[in-house]
Amino acid sequence: MTESAVPPTERARFAVAGARANVAAALGSQPRGDVIRNNLFAGLLLLAILIALAGLVALLAQAFAEGAPALSTKLITEPPSTIDTANAGFRPALIGSVVMILFVIGLIVPLGVGAAVYLEEYADGTKWWNRVIELNIQNLAAVPSIIYGILGLGLIVRGPLDLGFVLFAGAMTLALLVLPIVIIAGREAIRAVPPSIREGSLALGATQWQTIRRQVLPAAIPGVATGVILAVSRALGETAPLLLVGATVFVTADPTPFDGNYSALPVQIFQYATRPQEEFQTLAAAGIILMLVVLIAMNSVAIWLRNRYEQKW
Amino acid sequence: MEATSIGAAGGGRPSLEAPGSRRGEKAIKGLLALCGLLSVVTTTAIVVALIGPTVGFFEEVSFGEFFTTGWFPDFNPPSFGVFDIVVGTLNVTLWGMLFAIPIGLGAAIYLAEYASPRVRKAVKPILEILAGIPTVAIGFFAVSFLLPIIQDVWPGDFLGGADKPFFALAAGLGIGLMIVPIIASISEDAMSAVPQGLREGAYAMGATKATVATRVVFPAALSGIVASIVLGISRAVGETMIVVLVAGSTPNATLNPVESIQAITSFIAVTATGDISQGSITYEAVFAAGSVLFLMTLAMNVISIRLVRRYREVYE
Repeated sequence: MTESAVPPTERARFAVAGARANVAAALGSQPRGDVIRNNLFAGLLLLAILIALAGLVALLAQAFAEGAPALSTKLITEPPSTIDTANAGFRPALIGSVVMILFVIGLIVPLGVGAAVYLEEYADGTKWWNRVIELNIQNLAAVPSIIYGILGLGLIVRGPLDLGFVLFAGAMTLALLVLPIVIIAGREAIRAVPPSIREGSLALGATQWQTIRRQVLPAAIPGVATGVILAVSRALGETAPLLLVGATVFVTADPTPFDGNYSALPVQIFQYATRPQEEFQTLAAAGIILMLVVLIAMNSVAIWLRNRYEQKW
Repeated sequence: MEATSIGAAGGGRPSLEAPGSRRGEKAIKGLLALCGLLSVVTTTAIVVALIGPTVGFFEEVSFGEFFTTGWFPDFNPPSFGVFDIVVGTLNVTLWGMLFAIPIGLGAAIYLAEYASPRVRKAVKPILEILAGIPTVAIGFFAVSFLLPIIQDVWPGDFLGGADKPFFALAAGLGIGLMIVPIIASISEDAMSAVPQGLREGAYAMGATKATVATRVVFPAALSGIVASIVLGISRAVGETMIVVLVAGSTPNATLNPVESIQAITSFIAVTATGDISQGSITYEAVFAAGSVLFLMTLAMNVISIRLVRRYREVYE
C-alpha cells in the first residue's frame, strides 16, 4: 500500500496546487496592453462622472459666491424693486409659488393616484384603449413644458375655460405638466405590492375597491409620496409655461388665487437674471440659492423616503 | 331562523352565486377610469389648442413661405421662414448632445460596470439632484459662469470665433449639463438589466473588463441607450429657459456654436408673454412654431418609448 504513505488531504492539496499551476501557466498574467487599455478606459469613465459632478459643484458654488451678499431674511419678506435694490426680495413671488404648489398638490394627488389605480388594478392591458392611455402618459411626460404653456394660454387662460391671467390658471397648467410624473410613480408603487396581498383580501370577502383602499393603497403610500414630492419639486422650478399663462414678472402686491397679477419664484429669478446690472445678478443668484435649498431638501426627503420604505415582500 | 335568510329557499345552504354587482364599486371604477382618461384629454387639448391658431396662421402665410429661412415676425411686412429658429434649436441641441452623450454614457458605464455598490449609492442621488435643478438656474449658471470662460479660452479665430458672442455654445453646454443625468440614468438602467450570465460568459472566455463593458454589455443594452439619447435630444429641443437666458435672440440658420441664435422655444417664450394680442399674426405664429416643436418632440418621444419597451421585453 504505497498510497497510505501520503494522507488523502495532502493528496487533495497537491492536486489543487497542480491544477492552479497549470491554469496560471496557461493563462499567465494579463498582457500588458490589456492592462493599460483597461485602466485607461476606467480612467476615462471616471473622468466623465467627475466632469458631471464638477458641473453641479460649479453651479452651486457660483450661485453661492454671487448671491451671498444678498442673502438675508429680506429675500422672503420684501417685494421686488428696481429702485431700492438693497431691500428688494421675492415676497409676492414666493407666496405665489407656495399657493400655486398647494393647488397643484390638491389637483395631482387625487387625479394622479386615481389614474394609477385605474391602470394597475382595473384596466385590461390587452384592450387598445388602455394601451393608448398608457402610451399617452409616457409621451406627455416628455412633452416640452412650454407646450403646456401654450395649452394653458389657448384653453385655460383664454378659450373654453377663460380664467384670465390668474394664479389658478398657472396652477392648473403646472398640475397638467407634472401629472404624468405622479401617475408613473404611483403605478410603480402599486405594481410593487405583491398579488398575494390582494388575493388574501379578496379571499376574505373584500370587494375590489375595499382591497385597493385598505390593502394596496396603504402599502403603496411611500412610493406615491415620493412621486408627489418629485412632481412638486418639478412644478416649483418650472418657469417657461408660467411666462405664457401670465406670471407677470413684476408684481409687488401679494397675489390672490382668482384675480389680479401673480408671479412665481423662478419667474422672478428669471426677471432679475435678464437685467445686466450687478445688483440684479446678485438678487437672481440669491433667489436661486433660496430655490435650490427648498428643492434639494424636498428631493432628499423623496430619496430618503424611497430608501427607508422600500419594502421587500 | 335568521341565518337561513342568506341562503336560497330550502337546503339551508348559503348561495355561492355572486351577489348583485355593487353600484358603488362600478361608480368607483368609472371615476378612476375618468382620471386615466384625463391624460388623453390633455393630449387632445394640446392638439386642439395648437391647431386652431395654426390653421389661422396658414391662411395668411403659405407653406412655401413657412418652410424656408428668414424669421422676422416683427418686420413690416413680416417674414416667417421657420428654418431660422428650427436650425437655431438644432444648433444648441447638437452642441449640448456632443457634451452630454460621452459624459452621460461614461457615467452610466462606470456606474453599471465599475463602481462599487458604495460609490453607486453615493453618486446616483447626486446625479438625481443634478436632474432636479431647475433650468432657470442652469441658464443663469451658463450665462454668468460658462460664457465668460468660453470667451476667454476660445482659440482666436477658430470657426470664425474672433469677436463672436459664443451664445449658442454656452447654451449648448448648459443644455448638455441638463441632459447628462437623463442619459446616465436611463442607460445605466438598461445596462444593469443585462443578465449577469452574458458577462460571466465573456469573462470565462478571457475577456477584460473593458471588453465586457464595450463589446458585450453595451451592445446588449443598445436599445435602452439609444432611447436615452433620443429622449435627451427631445428634452434639449424642448428646453426653454436656458436658451432664453443664454442663446441670444437673433434668428440665424447656422450650426456654428460661436453665433447668437434664436430657438423655437425662446421665440415662443419671449413673444407670448401676457400682453400679446389674441388673433394677431404674431400670436398665431407662436402656435405655428409650437406645432413644429410639438411634432418634433412627439416623433422622438414615440421612438424612445418604443426602444425602452424593447429592452424591457428582452430581459425582464
